[in-house]
Amino acid sequence: MILLYSLLALGLIALIFGAVLGYASIRFKVESDPLVDQIDEILPQTQCGQCGYPGCKPYAEAIANGDDINKCPPGGDATIKKLADLTGKEVKPLAGTEGEEAEPVKKVAYIREAECIGCTKCIQACPVDAIVGAAKHMHTVIIDECTGCDLCVDPCPVDCIDMLPVATKPENWRWQLNSIPVKQIQ
Amino acid sequence: MDSLVDKIKSGYLWDFPGGVFPPERKSLSNSQSIKQLELANEYIVPVKQHIGHAANVIVELGQLVKKGQPLTELQGPMELPVHAPTSGEVIAIEPRMAAHPSGLSELAVVIKPDGEDTWYEKKPTPNYLALSKVELLDKLKQAGISGLGGASFPTYVKQSNSQPIELLIINGVECEPYITADDMLMREYATEIVSGIEIFTHLLQPKLVVIAIENNKPEAIAAIEQACQGKSQFVVRAIPTKYPAGGEKQLIQVITGQEVPSHGITADIGIITQNVGTAFAAYKAIVQGEPLIERVVTVTGEQIKSPANVWARIGTPVSHLLAAQEYQALKRPRIIMGGPMMGFTLHGSQVPVSKITNCVLAPSEKALPRAENEQACIRCGYCADACPASLLPQQLYWHSKAKEYEKAQDYKLFDCIECGACAYVCPSEIPLVQYYRIAKADIKAEQVEQEKAEKAKERFNARNERLEREKQERLEKHKKAAESRKQSMAKDPSAQDKVAAALARVQAKKKSSPETDQTDKTQTTEPANAAKAKAAAAIARAKAKRAAAAQEATAVETAEKQANNQESADQQTQTDSLTPAQIRAKAIAAKAKAKQAAKESMTESEQAPKNANSEKSTEAQADEPSADEQLTPAQIRAKAIAAKVKAKQQAKTQNSESADSPDNAEAKTNTEFQEDKVPTDEKLTPAQAKAKAIAAKIKAKQQAQSVETKSPEVENEPNTEKNMKDHQTPDAELTEAELRQQRVKAAIAKAKAKKESLGDK
Amino acid sequence: MTDYFLLFIATVLVNNFVLVKFLGLCPFMGVSGKIETAIGMSLATTFVLTLASIASYLIDQYILNPLGIEFLRTLAFILVIAVVVQFTEMVVHKTSPSLYRLLGIFLPLITTNCAVLGVALLNINEKHNLIESAIYGFSAAVGFSLVLILFSAMRERLAAADIPTPFKGSAIAMVTAGLMSLAFLGFTGLIKVS
Repeated sequence: MILLYSLLALGLIALIFGAVLGYASIRFKVESDPLVDQIDEILPQTQCGQCGYPGCKPYAEAIANGDDINKCPPGGDATIKKLADLTGKEVKPLAGTEGEEAEPVKKVAYIREAECIGCTKCIQACPVDAIVGAAKHMHTVIIDECTGCDLCVDPCPVDCIDMLPVATKPENWRWQLNSIPVKQIQ
Repeated sequence: MDSLVDKIKSGYLWDFPGGVFPPERKSLSNSQSIKQLELANEYIVPVKQHIGHAANVIVELGQLVKKGQPLTELQGPMELPVHAPTSGEVIAIEPRMAAHPSGLSELAVVIKPDGEDTWYEKKPTPNYLALSKVELLDKLKQAGISGLGGASFPTYVKQSNSQPIELLIINGVECEPYITADDMLMREYATEIVSGIEIFTHLLQPKLVVIAIENNKPEAIAAIEQACQGKSQFVVRAIPTKYPAGGEKQLIQVITGQEVPSHGITADIGIITQNVGTAFAAYKAIVQGEPLIERVVTVTGEQIKSPANVWARIGTPVSHLLAAQEYQALKRPRIIMGGPMMGFTLHGSQVPVSKITNCVLAPSEKALPRAENEQACIRCGYCADACPASLLPQQLYWHSKAKEYEKAQDYKLFDCIECGACAYVCPSEIPLVQYYRIAKADIKAEQVEQEKAEKAKERFNARNERLEREKQERLEKHKKAAESRKQSMAKDPSAQDKVAAALARVQAKKKSSPETDQTDKTQTTEPANAAKAKAAAAIARAKAKRAAAAQEATAVETAEKQANNQESADQQTQTDSLTPAQIRAKAIAAKAKAKQAAKESMTESEQAPKNANSEKSTEAQADEPSADEQLTPAQIRAKAIAAKVKAKQQAKTQNSESADSPDNAEAKTNTEFQEDKVPTDEKLTPAQAKAKAIAAKIKAKQQAQSVETKSPEVENEPNTEKNMKDHQTPDAELTEAELRQQRVKAAIAKAKAKKESLGDK
Repeated sequence: MTDYFLLFIATVLVNNFVLVKFLGLCPFMGVSGKIETAIGMSLATTFVLTLASIASYLIDQYILNPLGIEFLRTLAFILVIAVVVQFTEMVVHKTSPSLYRLLGIFLPLITTNCAVLGVALLNINEKHNLIESAIYGFSAAVGFSLVLILFSAMRERLAAADIPTPFKGSAIAMVTAGLMSLAFLGFTGLIKVS
């Protein structure tokens, strides 16, 4: 008798709660996952492929599916930290740089125009169309648009592209503690 | 505002929160009148000395200029010209160390004086009231007048404010210790200053003008009061001495009791402030037609034997000022441009005086001890008491140090005026303002990065759309062509035969080339077209050339490579059963090793035969390791496959014996390759295809490194030939195109030689 | 009325569930890294606790007792709690996906939060009626939230502070929690609730 009561009672409770949950799951259905977009916002959009994915959006999707957050060199540690905050994962040092100094130097591409043969290979390679030129005509890099992703260096058949570090000017100089070197001023 | 104006007129003064009372030390330099100095040996005039953009330099090297001649010309908004401080010759237009805490160089025009000091044509307009406002503002602009109080904001922009201005405050406060420049200026040129202020009142039409002077300058107050006699619109206020009462926002709070809104400007509440020095410069410019070429600078400090105020021309090197006032350097020399609270230490003594230099300070160690003894924050709260902007320096410090920039901004980091009062009172001697500056710079840099990323994203999307569009158009074109062909075929039956004949020809061709390929089983993905093969080979060779950085690989390197390859070979034996994490870990390890090896090889690349090329190669090397690190296991496999293909290619094109190569390395790398063949049926995404290309290059490089010991002679010739900088062939008579061809050939030849040494597998 | 008020004060301060009864320590340590997560978690737990408290009282009163199957209490209560938590999870997921992601695994872990089951069972022990059960559940949640938010604020400060390396992270957090617990001991004897 008790057994019957127990089974009935529990069954009834379970049924009611099941119905409630079922209704709730339809009522509160969540459609899309904006996580990918949020991750994409954080990534630096250089579209360089150094993370192993063909662009920043695919890497954002991969992170949303559980991939590591430490694969983006242009983003550096700041991006890894932000991704860690967003996804709740741990902050890890940049893949492949464990034990090295942090900030990678910002670089932009520079085409040595004397050697350019006008093959347009680098133009096709640039993911943000920062190289101006046409077939059999001079190519040049628009410095403001160049993200320093390195993808144009390889396709060049005469190897005329250099990656030069961006110069620091007083406008974009960043204060450091104890930056003033000890100098003898007469 | 009227009630406010009345209240001010009645003499009522408010107060600002916080503030500190550092020892004034003004008596050092306020007992003599302003001196004139001799001409310096050279004048370094920076092109940009104001907030805004630099104007265009219009003088040339060697040009003779006169005193007051404009050196730059305006082209856009927020630009101000700079003028020659004396007559002489332009001896250089180059970057020189700027008056900036970074010590970085900025473009400057360097003038060597001829001693004559002849003026350029002056255009005085004592009846400036007859000029229109626009003309008056233009004159201010052309004279290069900017705020001499320290911010150097272009005065013509400030004076052309469109918002209604009720109160003009003239800042003669000079609250910072040691500095007495404005004090002496007010004492000696009170009438001129007041005339200059009248120019401003003509432009702004305020209801009231308040000239604020700290009460530690009684002579200046008396002088200005006398100059203002009879001018009912002018009111002179002596305000209590407190640092930083001279700050714009703090001064407004003292005079009017109102606060400037955060992220706003003073004009938002109907007030404009200008420095007395600016007023004087405006008088000189309009009434006497002289552009801004000199200003009063206080040269003071315990290390200056005769501290005084001097008329320093813009561009005078600080060393000249110091020498004139008998500077005695300490053992650890320290020269500060500006005051002890807000100035910065100079990196060199050839830094020029700019429009905002109000003081050159050489203190003794005792008078102004260096802040080198930072200790932990004891949370005493003195800093919060001292802050004139009612901020919480402790919290700002906490969050700036921990790089929690969002929280720092919550505490209104950008409202900090960097006055230094908090650092002054800190018992732990923490350089608080440094932390805030770092935080502000980091936040700004992040914003810039963010914008760049946004732009890059847009461009990327636009590019994808463009490619899509082009693809669509191509498809359309094909479709149309196909349709038209069909139609023409329908009309003309013989056309069908033509198409069929063409197809047949192509088939026949295809059949013949695979046969030749199959004789050498090593050909897999080689394109049938010979030209294409050559092109691909040429490109591969160029890449290999780049890859051939290391000149004499050491045994250690080889051993490392061996170990590396051994490891990866081992790993590859269990390709299917590895977890992604393991693969990645091994990849990272392999990359690290490769990178290390690359680094070591870089250091050895200075050796003789390949000096010239090593430069380029090391560059490429630097690129390589970075590319190296981002490889996923799929890429490594792809790499291996591609490299194998390459190796086979090389074998086909050259029938040379293998140079002395450590067979071990070869063997191991090849076992690696074979095992990599397992997952060939993986579908390659575009990224992987790209990776293959990178991989091929890198593998070739790795092999080159591990192998390359002999055959320097073989490579020598193409190397020297290829030396871009040093054409040893008699190519003086060759044309550009031929030169280029030669270079390309050289590249090809070198790669060829490299491949020879890689051997036959 | 005063009884209810006293019950509230007693459960929030004197017999605080986290610092005096030492229940619910898992989310206490787990989500107290940042204030935003702590606030989110405390809201979720309040919701769960109140609902679960009422529901379990009702189940006990009208199903378990009449049928004489009190031995199924634990089972039934866990069922109730699990359902309520699942419901809460869905609501949070819908209304605030970022909070959902921030809380992560700790949201479903409210099911195993001993404080929730503890409140449900303690209601029976203390023989509360419906209103008292509701207040008990709610005030337990308020006490939990209070302590959680206080603790997370302190942990945020600690994260940026200059702590000796052996103490960094969980160690200093535990020490702080212990000190907080000591502080709450001061409330002992404030109210005598029999």
